[in-house]
Amino acid sequence: MRLEALIIADTDIYKKADEVETGLEQNLCAEKLRYFRKECMNMFAIMMYIVAFCLLILSFIKDRKKTLLAMKKAWKSFENILPQFLAIIVIIGIMLAILSPEVISGLIGEKSGWLGMLMAALVGSITLIPGFVAFPLTAALLKNGAGIMQIAVFISTLMMVGIVSIPLEIKYFGKKAALLRNSLAFVFSFIAAIAIGVVLR
Amino acid sequence: MKMLAKRYKYFLALIVINIVVYVLYPSVGQKSMNITWNNTVEMLSVIPPIFVLLGLLDVWVQRETMIKLMGEKSGIVGILIAFFLGSAAAGPLYAAFPIAGVLLHKGSKFSNVLIFIGAWSTTKIPMLLFEGSAMGLNFMLTRFVIDIHGIMVIAYVTEKLLNEKEKQYIYDQAGNVVA
Repeated sequence: MRLEALIIADTDIYKKADEVETGLEQNLCAEKLRYFRKECMNMFAIMMYIVAFCLLILSFIKDRKKTLLAMKKAWKSFENILPQFLAIIVIIGIMLAILSPEVISGLIGEKSGWLGMLMAALVGSITLIPGFVAFPLTAALLKNGAGIMQIAVFISTLMMVGIVSIPLEIKYFGKKAALLRNSLAFVFSFIAAIAIGVVLR
Repeated sequence: MKMLAKRYKYFLALIVINIVVYVLYPSVGQKSMNITWNNTVEMLSVIPPIFVLLGLLDVWVQRETMIKLMGEKSGIVGILIAFFLGSAAAGPLYAAFPIAGVLLHKGSKFSNVLIFIGAWSTTKIPMLLFEGSAMGLNFMLTRFVIDIHGIMVIAYVTEKLLNEKEKQYIYDQAGNVVA
């Protein structure tokens, strides 16, 4: 009896050590990926700036008045939507602080089967994590034994279903279309996940 | 001032919640404030060109041209343009909705606008590159191929399930939000 308890305690220590080690590895990996992503995203953002700037100059040469009108419209649309943008950003902040990578790992990492998939889909639908945080997380989860279908459904819902941004979507698409799009995307995420599971098995 | 407070009421309420969280759980509150700040900086650095392009699009591209390119009878060309516009973008999904509003306002077919949103959410090129490096090329390619079909199915089914009146309402609404 005592020996058993000792053995269990012993394996626990090994588990702990393992966890620390993979944690470090993950951090390193995530760091590298984050850097790569930054370069990647920066490149695209810079390209958008260049394209916008060139078109703006072209527009200005062609017609000053129209260009000014365009700038006014740009500002107005931005100002129009700014309250929602800011609200969404604060919600994301609070959410990501509570649903830290560790918590998400706990929620979808170990559970498998349909319940695990449902949980992954729900977490993915509610949260709004940018890709540069999500992909290192999912890569790490996969390495630590999470199922590929759970991960796939998490990624799909994360991208396609946005419960946080639904009020904004409703403003542009109306209630019915916004809810339809999101529910269809939710269902589709399962289909995509199953297909990925079959292909990558 | 009063109007400003009214417009930003949700934002202000959330800030208050964040402060309450900070008082009760300092570490969580601190973390959420950091994330919010980082995301705000990121939003402000990515979003300006999106809205400049939106303004130029609204002023220069005529309704007739847009109807021809992405309207009711645009066919495969409209679909391809929608995919291209969505995939070539950089920025969070919520920044795509104002552009979707302009596209609707200019007379794009509703399913094409939904394809644009779908592409923006899942097949953005910088995102795919990142996914490929983190999850492996096979995972990325498989998801990409499946998602292209899914995006189209979702767009068509959503449009089919809306009746004329509901669609008309969406187009009217887009006019209000933009102009």
